[in-house]
Amino acid sequence: MSQATSSTANTVQVGWNREEMAQRCAQDIEDGSYVNLGIGIPEKVAQYVPQGREVIYHTENGLLGMGTAPSSEELDPDLINAGKKPVTAISGASYFHHGDSFAMIRGNHIDVCVLGAMQVSAKGDLANWSTGAPDAIPAVGGAMDLVAGVKTIYIITQHTTKTGAAKILPECTFPLTGQGVVSRIYSDLAVIDVTGDGLALIELAPGISFDYVQERTGVELINAL
Amino acid sequence: MIDKRVASCASAVAKIKDGDTVMIGGFGEAGSPIELIHALIDHGATNLTVINNNTGSGRVGLAALIENGRVAKMICSYPRTANSLVFPELYRSGKIELELVPQGTLAERIRAGGAGVPAFFTKTSVGTPLADGKEQRNFDGEDYVMERGLKADFALIKAKQADRYGNLVFNKTARNFAPIMAMAAATTLVQANEMVELGDIDPENVVTPGIFVNEVIEVSNPQQESKLVKEGVIYPAPVELITNQGDK
Repeated sequence: MSQATSSTANTVQVGWNREEMAQRCAQDIEDGSYVNLGIGIPEKVAQYVPQGREVIYHTENGLLGMGTAPSSEELDPDLINAGKKPVTAISGASYFHHGDSFAMIRGNHIDVCVLGAMQVSAKGDLANWSTGAPDAIPAVGGAMDLVAGVKTIYIITQHTTKTGAAKILPECTFPLTGQGVVSRIYSDLAVIDVTGDGLALIELAPGISFDYVQERTGVELINAL
Repeated sequence: MIDKRVASCASAVAKIKDGDTVMIGGFGEAGSPIELIHALIDHGATNLTVINNNTGSGRVGLAALIENGRVAKMICSYPRTANSLVFPELYRSGKIELELVPQGTLAERIRAGGAGVPAFFTKTSVGTPLADGKEQRNFDGEDYVMERGLKADFALIKAKQADRYGNLVFNKTARNFAPIMAMAAATTLVQANEMVELGDIDPENVVTPGIFVNEVIEVSNPQQESKLVKEGVIYPAPVELITNQGDK
């Protein structure tokens, strides 16, 4: 690697970018699904669900049938999503209180939830709410309810931290959000399934090799390409 | 005759005592009963335990109640939001207690409290620090954590419409915690954008039946929290500002 290349290594696109990760995940959202999308990259999944699939988005503050962002005329401070951003309601939407909203989540009625991650373990444990730092203000929101109650949990995450440390580890070192809850991980480098035998790499981002991913993963991956 | 209408937020909150537990509706600003909260600040009750999903925003509403030292303990799921300045500072300096509860567990604890259920088991938080010290049981091969129902002395909530029986309708996602808080509080105080006649709300469309409501105040043009925060409004207005205005 030349000096010039390495000095710009942080900005050179390797693997999938954020949009492409969301797009890849969206391919796995089935027609007719009830879906809850976490804040950040997961929100982008809605833009990429393939044409012809009808998907209903749930936002846990009390709306089933969340639409796109409002125009300035449509904007209503009483109509927001779980990230407290203004949204719209589709034709056929419904409003409900928090008890019912979380009964949808905790009662296994939501099909898919897409979330971000700080760490994922080999057994599908998820840590995404706290680094456990003593001076941090702890805040959990609905993350623990979602992972405990939604049938399928998809994770979209950068494969490593900003400093290059593995986020996919034998055990999470941060406080857990839930144990054994993750079904599939969409990283910038690969798609990885959590199976009873371990983590199975099922797909690589363009130009990425199995070994490249393995070097950046804290556990031994099963090659299921 | 049943007539739950009262004239002012001030008279409604006057019954709240030092040390009471108060549920306050709202998810962020949506559904936050800001006029009732400001009346509670004016009333002066202190050492309160407040149950809300968040800790308010800017220096108005719930954040102002906290900033004015009236809240000894918060029970909430997400105390850290954009523009939440007051709570983090007090928490770090040990001046306010926090009971952190997963959002769905918080909702279910409130619903249970309102339905006379003292405790229940849930999968949420199993294997996490938030399950520490809580009783666990295995049902049908799965582990569950025991959580207690939550009750309150008062609930302060906001509705879109109310009638004199206390039947309520809400606006969009501003509904959030209000219906379950109305059930879980001994006394529920409601600020409604519009007071309507009995029968104007189709019985099929009543969201909160009046049995869960004690007092209703019409606040026809409620303030919008985000607008106040953007304008840098502080509640109550600092004394020097009031003096300056008096000098003019």
